[in-house]
Order: sequence, then structure tokens, then C-alpha cells
Amino acid sequence: MALETLTSEPRESRVAALLRRSERFRLGLLLFPGLFWLLLFFALPLVVVVLYSFATPGPTGRVEWHFTLANYGTLFTESLYVNAYLRSIWAGVLTTLICLLAGYPLALYIVRRPPRWRTVLLFLILIPFWTNFLVRTYAWMIILSNNGIINSIIQALGLPRVALYPSEGAVLIGLIYGNLPFMVLPIFASLDRFDFTLLEAAADLGADQTRAFLRVMLPLTMPGIAAGSVLVFIPTVGQFVVSDLLGGAKVDYLGNLLQRLFTRSNPPNWPLGSAMAIVFMAVLTVAILLYFRITTEQDR
Amino acid sequence: MKNGIAVDLRNVVKRFAEVYAVDHVSMQIRDGEFFSMLGPSGCGKTTTLRMIAGFEFPTAGEIALHGKLVGTTPPFRRNVNTVFQSYALFPHMTVAENVAFGLQMKKTPQAEIARRVEEALDLVRLGGFSGRRPRQLSGGQQQRVALARALVNHPEVLLLDEPLGALDLKLRKEMQLELKSLQERVGITFIYVTHDQEEALTMSDRIAVMNAGKVLQVGTPTEIYERPVCRFVADFIGETNFIEGLAGGVEPDGVATITTDDGLTFRAQTTRPVTPGAKVTLSIRPEKAFLAVQSPPPGTPNCFPVTVARVAYIGSDTRIDVRLGQGRLFDLWEQNSRSTLDRDAYWQPGETGFLWWPAENALVLTE
Repeated sequence: MALETLTSEPRESRVAALLRRSERFRLGLLLFPGLFWLLLFFALPLVVVVLYSFATPGPTGRVEWHFTLANYGTLFTESLYVNAYLRSIWAGVLTTLICLLAGYPLALYIVRRPPRWRTVLLFLILIPFWTNFLVRTYAWMIILSNNGIINSIIQALGLPRVALYPSEGAVLIGLIYGNLPFMVLPIFASLDRFDFTLLEAAADLGADQTRAFLRVMLPLTMPGIAAGSVLVFIPTVGQFVVSDLLGGAKVDYLGNLLQRLFTRSNPPNWPLGSAMAIVFMAVLTVAILLYFRITTEQDR
Repeated sequence: MKNGIAVDLRNVVKRFAEVYAVDHVSMQIRDGEFFSMLGPSGCGKTTTLRMIAGFEFPTAGEIALHGKLVGTTPPFRRNVNTVFQSYALFPHMTVAENVAFGLQMKKTPQAEIARRVEEALDLVRLGGFSGRRPRQLSGGQQQRVALARALVNHPEVLLLDEPLGALDLKLRKEMQLELKSLQERVGITFIYVTHDQEEALTMSDRIAVMNAGKVLQVGTPTEIYERPVCRFVADFIGETNFIEGLAGGVEPDGVATITTDDGLTFRAQTTRPVTPGAKVTLSIRPEKAFLAVQSPPPGTPNCFPVTVARVAYIGSDTRIDVRLGQGRLFDLWEQNSRSTLDRDAYWQPGETGFLWWPAENALVLTE
């Protein structure tokens, strides 16, 4: 043991010397694990998807390597796909907006509580996450169904039943319910850093509550709003479970089509699915870049 | 409006739950004066200031700004501006945008805003800083932006809540003088909250000393220091020796005789009627008592043989603790007006001497 240590020592110091000599080499060595990870699990699959999107679907579902733009053509011409894109983006926008309108006041309310209550309230927001997402979505089916809680109450009041489920409205409710915490938490974090004396300063300088909010509080909590919106928007546009369960698999959202193209249709159409994913990614990237451009305007 | 009353507080009470933060405060702040509210933390000075600003509404009593009652007027409808302890500058706005904020809220024309913002920044000597963000400025500069942001609105009254508290000592002293001269130039009434007695004495025309929600004394710095009305004020402002005893007779010139329970007799000035036989406190400031090597001539009042217990040389003064009577400690300061290294020129512990002071240098306090 002692001998080993002795003999290996000079070699170690040579390596150390090499590291010290070459700053670049050292940097490369430090970056390697992260880069390797990114390449293997992010860049490589992405390249595969891009390649697939230009390939031809074979009759049995096998991918044939003939270059084609037909997949992209289909996406932009067939109403099934165009509508799915529009419907998904619309659902995403609406969900994000409603989560924002509900989440901001909620986060503000929690921030203004005494510290002990803040912890309790944040905890309450997180508790539903301990239950499986599917189970929670099934719960909404029970609440909204024809013999569900809401309709029972309506009936008890002597009113006619309302067809709440399955519907696009039910999908929206499910999406808002599932995503609200992702809006509340980042906004809470930015409100927590907000110095409420600034509101007094604004009032002192003649700003009523509305103007104090618009000129001081809103711009300073914009990072939280931006983060929350992105966290809600992206998964909402790509989801397929909620629309499957609460929409009764009747209306197609992006995620449902993707899922079908890759696994359910016979034969599966991976090239078309890949093209769909690439367009989806491009749309999201543009939307998010635009969003950040707008929300961080004041800071530049 | 000159020489009128800028702020009139009439029996103002502020209660939080069962606690009286401000307990029946009445005072009048004159137009154009530098008025300080001085007291320990929790004395109600900041709450009083916040009620004048409109951030808090009084539980009872009335507040008038230039004769207009403003009890529950929200802050954005009062022509009063505040300089906050934390400055509360808007971090997402430039210096110029910060200063322009109040004028924008009042829908002032753009050209006038630009002119007045520039004027205000020049006033606080921040001419070239209009494009900077608050976080790019030092504490002292941020402080001046806060001042400019308030003054640009030409408020009826400017409220300052411990604005120098976050600055280091040297900068604080500079800003004290700058604030005072600024106030004289703009002629706006300043109401200044501080717990630092030296700050209050340096800058104020008048000071209100507060404790436990009450105003104990309102007066000029000289009045507050030389003629405190009660033990708390004498103790809070500067340093002093307290000696408790029973009052004897009061002579026509206002000098009273006080006897302690260990048999010492003192003579001191009274400023209020004293009932013979009442328990009183004698207050004598350390710089107003003297220590002599030889016995002063017979008939010198308040003359006692003493032993030097402790000596602290602090540069400008030497602070000496002497023992008089039955071990009672008395603090006195001797100015080092002569420059010498001669040990004999300074008092040493164990030496004996004679402590004395003229009757008018000591004050009889009844509360």
C-alpha cells in the first residue's frame, strides 16, 4: 500500500503539471461530463428526430431513407394537423392566462401572510402533487360527469343537468388545475424578493393603487410571471393525457396526434410524427423568445 | 404661508391592537423649520411620521396640513413627500425616471418634467447621473436621489425617516451639514425622525423628544440640552449625573437646596415650581462640574472633597470618575485645552481634589 502510493506519486504530479500548464485542457476536462450528457441525451435524439422528419414512411411502418419534404407539406395543408396546432396553442394561451390571473393574486396573498402561515399555505398548494396526476385527473371526471358532484348539486337545486364532461371546457379546467402551482410558485418567489416599501414610495409620489401596481410591482415581478408562464405554457401545449381523459378522446390536440402517429396508428408514421415535433419545437421557441422579449423590455 | 403652521397634530392616538404606538400627541410644526422627532426605537416617532405621510391613519385625534384636515386622506392625495430609511428607489428605473415619477403621476407636461428633474438632480449634486440605475450608485448617492425624488414635487412638508441611518459615520456627518444647508436653500419644512441625538442637535431648529408614544419636550436644541424638563430627556440627550434627594427651600432667584439621604447638600437651579419636601432629582452634566487641586474659597457652593477613581483620556477631553460622600460615583469631563505630555498635568487615580460647580450649572428635575 505504502509502496504503491510512493510509486504512483510522480505520475500524479506529472498529470497535475499538465493540468496546470494547459488551461484549455483543464476546462475541457471539467466540461466533458456535462457536454457528454447533453450530446448523448439531448443533441443526438434531436438529430435523429430531424433526420426522421425528412424520411419517407414505409408501408409497414418502417422508415425508408428517401429524402422528402412531404411530411412538412402534410402538416401545413391537412386541416387535421393545422387545427390540432391551433387548438393546442389556444389551450396553452388560455390556460397560461387564467393561471396567471388566478395565480398572481394567490401568490400575493400568500406573500403578505405572516411567515408561519406562508409555509402552511405553500404546503397546501404542493400537497395535491403527492397524488398521482392520473388519479387527480380521474377525480375531475367524477366531479364533472353527468352524475357527478356538480350536476348533483345542480339537480338538487331543481335545475336541468349540464353536459360538462367530456368537453373542451373540461380539458381546460383540468389543465388549469394541474398547472396552477407552476404559475404560483415562481410568482411567489419574485414577490418574496419584492420590497413592498416601493409601493409606499409610489403612493407617496402620487400613484394610486392601480398605477403603483402597473409602474412598480408588475415590472419588478415580471421575471416570476415570465418563468411561470413558460412553465405552464410548454407542458400544456404538448400534453395529451388531460385531453384524452377529460376531452373524451374526441378532439385532437397536438399531443394526442403525436402519440397516435408514433404508437397507435397502423402502420405508425414516425417521419410525420417527427416533423410534427420539429414544427412544435420551432413554434414554442419563437413564442418563448417573443414572450421574453416583451416581458423583459424594461430591463434593457 | 410663511411663519404659519405646516403640520398641526391634535391629540393624535395610534393604537395597534392593544398597544398605544402614539399616545395623545399634540404639537405644531412651523412652516419652513427643520423639525426633528427624537427618541429610542419604539417611541412612536416613525408612526407619527407615517401618519403625517398617510401610510397610517390615526385611531383618534386630528392632523392638519396647513390648516386642512387630512386624517384619512390617502398618501397619493397629500402634497407631502417622504425620504425612506431604505431610500425605496425604484430599481428598474434610471435616476432620472425615479425623480420624474412624482411629476408624471401629476401629469406635468413633459418639457417641465425634464427641466425640473435636471434642477432637482443639480440641487443634490448628481448632475451627470441621470442615466444610471440605483444599484450603480453608492449609498450616499442613492440617498441624494431619494432626496431629489421627493423635493422635485415641491412638497408642503418633507418627511425624512432616519435617512442617514445606513451611511457610515463620516458620510453621515457630511450629509447632516448638506441636508441642513439644502433645507435652508429650498425653504421647505423638514420633519426628521432620528434616534441619534447628535444628528438632531446638529440639524434641527426644534426637536421633539419622544418616549413610549408620548412627546416629553419640544424645544430648540439648546433648550432641550440645557433645560430638560424631565429625567428621561436629560438622560437621553447627552450625558449627565443624577443625584436624588429631597427639596428644601427655594430662594427668589430660583435656586433650591437639595439634601440627599447620605447627608450631602446641593444647590441647584429650578425651572419649575418645587414643593419643599418633595422628592427631586438633580441633574448635572459632566462638562459643567469642575475638579480643583486646592480647596476653593469658603462659600463656594456644591464643593466636596473627592478621590479620583478612574481616568480616561479620550483626546479632546479627559473623563474622570470621582468618589464623593459615601462612595457615590460622579462623572466629570475636563477639556484638554493645554497641549502637554507632562503626567502631572493630568489627574491620576487615587489623587484627591475638590469637586465643585456653580448652582446654575445644575438643574432640579421634578419628574
